[in-house]
Amino acid sequence: MPTAARLPAPDADPLDHLDRLEAEAIHIMREVVAETEKPVMLYSVGKDSAVMLHIARKAFYPARPPFPLLHIASGWDFAAMLAHRDRMAAETGMELLVAHNDAAAAAGVNPFDTPTPVYTRLMLTETLTAALDAHGFDAAFGGARRDEEKARAKERVFSFRGANHAWDPKNQRPELWNLYNARKRRGETIRVFPLSNWTELDVWAYVAREQVPLVPLYFAAERPTLWRDGLLLVVDDERFRFRPGERAEPRWVRFRTLGCYPLTGAVESRAATLPAILAEMRTARVSERAGRAVDQDESASMEKKKAEGYF
Amino acid sequence: MADREPGLARSGPAADTRAAAGAGAAVGGAAGPRGLLRFITCGSVDDGKSTLIGRMLHDARTLADDQLAALAADSRRHGTQGEEVDFALLVDGLSAEREQGITIDVAYRYFATARRAFIVADTPGHEQYTRNMVTGASTADLAILLVDARKGVLTQTRRHAYLVHLLGIRNIVLAVNKMDLVGHDAGVFSAIVAEFRAFGERLGMAEAVAIPISALRGDNVLAGSAAMPWYTGPTLLRHLEEVEVDGARALAQPFRLPVQWVNRPSAEFRGFAGLVAAGRVRPGDPVRVLPSGRTSHVARIVTMDGDLAEAVAGQSGTLTLADEIDCARGSVIAAADAPPEVADQFEATIVWMDEAPLHVGRGYWLKLGTQTVSASVAAPKYVVNVNTLDHLAAKTLELNAIGVAEVRTDRAIAFAPYAESRSLGGFILIDKLTNATVAAGMLHFALRRAQNVHWQALDVSREARAALKNQRPAVLWFTGLSGSGKSTIANLVEKRLHRMNRHTFLLDGDNVRHGLNRDLGFTEADRIENIRRVGEVARLMADAGLIVITAFISPFRAEREMVRAMLPEGEFLEVFIDTPLEVAEARDVKGLYAKARAGKLKNFTGIDSPYEPPLAPEIRIDTTTMSAEDAARRIVERLLGED
Repeated sequence: MPTAARLPAPDADPLDHLDRLEAEAIHIMREVVAETEKPVMLYSVGKDSAVMLHIARKAFYPARPPFPLLHIASGWDFAAMLAHRDRMAAETGMELLVAHNDAAAAAGVNPFDTPTPVYTRLMLTETLTAALDAHGFDAAFGGARRDEEKARAKERVFSFRGANHAWDPKNQRPELWNLYNARKRRGETIRVFPLSNWTELDVWAYVAREQVPLVPLYFAAERPTLWRDGLLLVVDDERFRFRPGERAEPRWVRFRTLGCYPLTGAVESRAATLPAILAEMRTARVSERAGRAVDQDESASMEKKKAEGYF
Repeated sequence: MADREPGLARSGPAADTRAAAGAGAAVGGAAGPRGLLRFITCGSVDDGKSTLIGRMLHDARTLADDQLAALAADSRRHGTQGEEVDFALLVDGLSAEREQGITIDVAYRYFATARRAFIVADTPGHEQYTRNMVTGASTADLAILLVDARKGVLTQTRRHAYLVHLLGIRNIVLAVNKMDLVGHDAGVFSAIVAEFRAFGERLGMAEAVAIPISALRGDNVLAGSAAMPWYTGPTLLRHLEEVEVDGARALAQPFRLPVQWVNRPSAEFRGFAGLVAAGRVRPGDPVRVLPSGRTSHVARIVTMDGDLAEAVAGQSGTLTLADEIDCARGSVIAAADAPPEVADQFEATIVWMDEAPLHVGRGYWLKLGTQTVSASVAAPKYVVNVNTLDHLAAKTLELNAIGVAEVRTDRAIAFAPYAESRSLGGFILIDKLTNATVAAGMLHFALRRAQNVHWQALDVSREARAALKNQRPAVLWFTGLSGSGKSTIANLVEKRLHRMNRHTFLLDGDNVRHGLNRDLGFTEADRIENIRRVGEVARLMADAGLIVITAFISPFRAEREMVRAMLPEGEFLEVFIDTPLEVAEARDVKGLYAKARAGKLKNFTGIDSPYEPPLAPEIRIDTTTMSAEDAARRIVERLLGED
């Protein structure tokens, strides 16, 4: 929404595409709050979550967003993400719920020994669905965008899940105009994606325009790194397990996407400010999920994970 | 490869400026903000639709380097263009999806140039074409109709044009593709344009902008075409960047804000949140709230960044009003001097999107803007053959049918004709039981204006009538199989109430069919109408203060729910006389089961017509464990316990 200072000329289209994307996201969030019983916002602490949270605050101002935040903590999150998460919860005054699979962690599941698909299912997907069930949430906001991945491009803004949280791509409701049908059966839940129509560049442009607070990991800094299996990993804490011959080297890096630190690749970069990152985006032209081991483990992996209940 | 691909070899103007804008616009630099255009591409794979979309993504430099390298490699391996880049491979996720058995109805793709960001609705597939295209077109400001220059205007082209017109898209581009295969002949192009124009005039369609292109070679997509010097109009991307979008049109209309949510963080603040559907609003503006018709003034336009001096169409905002007036989700806040109409009967075009056909007369949820009401659809006046545009008679609407019919809502709603406003004229219908979105509709006009048929304000209210009888009105709605014992128990209930000096009336299925409903048979449609009429009569009697008892098989949940919705909360009590089919059939008091089993009676509930048992009845009577007298006593206790 433009501020009073940016009031448009009367004849031109007064709204730019970020205004329209923001207005659409606000509209979606308000529909969910008006038509569902117990919504929650999945907060992954990444840039998309940051934008989603910022828009939620705008949508319900002066009230606080009328739903809690839910973070699925794998136990291998970057320390900076946890700090940022707690800071944002305090700043917004929203309730923060943290879900973690204690049983799996106690049983020794970890990103070094456990095969990635199994690790992801246990620490993220099953933790998420268990948390949704335990709290009885009937709608959950997620920050996914359609431009991220093929499977996402096919998904509706309101994505219905059966009792086992699985996504059935063959059985989706048509979405016409901006009329969302939020009616569901008992036991069904909805995943809602207010940023469906945003691109990665839109997210960065919006972060810059609105000065949305981000985890420092998105900005380049000298960090202890090593190359492993095609990923440039950052050694975030002392639990990192080195293979023989490996050792951490300082490099200037930043992240385009964030996840569990032993599974998320950084990119070499000197871009330490938003304008520098935006400038770099038009030259460094690789797709953003290239940095995620989680999405490379098998072909059509996103579709498979979604069928299991992943976001 | 590069020297044969203009888009790869030289950077076009849009590509260059976008590179600057990517950073410049985003950080609020001199390049300035970009607008947004949503468009839909119509055409089959054979027309080169995938190639065109791929070409646009490529020319706008949306593709990452790794994607481009992969594309070049894929083109040599799987492409259909020899050594050249096959742009269709970029968007043809389709074949892979078919192998996985997944039908995508609409896929959305994104790219941007210096001046605009674009959202492309890509609707592949032939089978569900109508449903898919209507979905994609519903949010589009512009449509590109793709024609193969060698084939000209086909039936399919006309069908696409009709659907695009139906969904109210005013900006239409006729992209005549594969001009390289007809020798870039101006004569071929103008003949196709003339034929299409004649068809468009017959439809009453807005005039199309025709552009001769070669998606494969890139001619007139981003860059102009040296091979077609006779064409002096804009290239396709230039046109997409410059065309005036509907946002500007909505801005010129009177102010409307459908209220989504009432923001009440404290007793001091009451804000009305919603997306401005049309016009502009400033603090101090007089407004009218519909459907109540009460007026007030806008006090503030509240945002997290501070109050606004003005909010415009397309913005999500929060208003506060100067007066405490009735306003809730579903209300429309409008310019006081030019409010929208309010009505409860309409003519509409309806596109049916569900495997189960329309049940004429059945109650569906109708969602329009932020208003959700119960509505029924009359038998269609006609359906349209989308290939010939002929009007055909029809009794219902099947999947992918487009028909014109009357729609009635159970209460008046604020609306605008779809031709004026998508936000207040477009609606969806939702099945009350499956919750599926079964249809999209576009309102034409009100059949009678609600303001002309004001409910006669009655001085003696329903409460006053009931008070005189010293009772609370109610409808005891018995449902169950034929022979389950409905009539028997209903009779006992009425006798009991009568002895207790309660004023009652028993509506019995067989008796009503001798009079009020003697014109109705036992088809599904007639059964629905039968229940609708009984429901209306029961409502009138409840208004008169009576305790109404009805005994009808009423096999369908949707109709029972329709009657429930007619009555005030708590006055409808569903009484499920739960008798298993074997038991009812063994009793066969009227000998009907025997006839039905012998095939002499069609559409008999339980035999060749379904019975949908209530999911959550207020009262359930198991006649295999309870006598009729006990059942009647229990029902009366439950009813009067409610007092």
